[in-house]
Amino acid sequence: MRTISYLLIGIVFGITMYKSEAASWFRIYEMFKFESFHMYGIIGSALVIGIIMVQLIKRLHIKSFYGETIKFYPKEKSFSRYMIGGIIFGLGWALAGACPGPMFTLVGAGYVPILVLILASIVGTFLYGLIKDKLPH
Amino acid sequence: MNWIYEPWPWYVSGPMIALIMFLLLMVGKNFGMSSNLRTLCTICGAGNKVNFFKFDWKSQKWNLIVVLGAIIGGFIASTFLTNDASVAINPNTIADLQELGFESAGKAYLPTELFALDAMTDIKSLSILIIGGLLVGFGTRYAGGCTSGHAISGLSNLQLPSLIAVIGFFIGGLVMIYIIFPLIF
Repeated sequence: MRTISYLLIGIVFGITMYKSEAASWFRIYEMFKFESFHMYGIIGSALVIGIIMVQLIKRLHIKSFYGETIKFYPKEKSFSRYMIGGIIFGLGWALAGACPGPMFTLVGAGYVPILVLILASIVGTFLYGLIKDKLPH
Repeated sequence: MNWIYEPWPWYVSGPMIALIMFLLLMVGKNFGMSSNLRTLCTICGAGNKVNFFKFDWKSQKWNLIVVLGAIIGGFIASTFLTNDASVAINPNTIADLQELGFESAGKAYLPTELFALDAMTDIKSLSILIIGGLLVGFGTRYAGGCTSGHAISGLSNLQLPSLIAVIGFFIGGLVMIYIIFPLIF
């Protein structure tokens, strides 16, 4: 039952990424050029609703569908890892035009070369794990 | 019924993303896609060599099922919910991209110069996909999250680290498009 709920949520996510055009390389380029409100509207409206939602869940102690407490994990404090890691991700995001969610949506949409991108990003993650202890965090 | 084939405006798409985050919270999970890349490393056996990948990947199976759903969703949306996949970006952006050599701007969902099957035989297109992927994979794990984990989940929970990461995303993106693109295209 839980497995089916994850699958359904994933399907809605995939459809949303495709139909919103957030999975389009062109939309990402246009966003970084500040030539359209589209992507800012998507992230901004998701965020406004998200902030209200998280506050309501915390203040009203809303439980999950299974009656469990909903946990939020605070991110550990640091500056360098978020700034440097963020810049590296941003360079890749603008170049490849896809982030780790939409890249899978594009597989389903039938773009074979995206598999190269996914494979490279798995290798990139592995390289991080390999030299993690030598990097400033 | 033609509306069903139209792209979704931001004011539908954004709330849908918030709904997806809500549903994941309500089934006891958190919205974040990049951790799947780490899980895939572990499944490939990376845990034997590097401690960072030594964890019980089955605890992350739920997120891989979300990924499977995202693939199916991409298929459904592109096959049954779309007639014309071309993305109507700003005409200025189109002119700008055509000058850089992207003839498919305004006519396709993804630039055919990078994502058509025959682009795979072009060494430059292939390098762009590989380098882009390496940067995304490395950066997202270094920063501890991507667009979903930081820009949506983290900022929704008012996390300062996520704000720093999102500022980083933009610095990186702007450097790529304003400084590096003119050099490589």
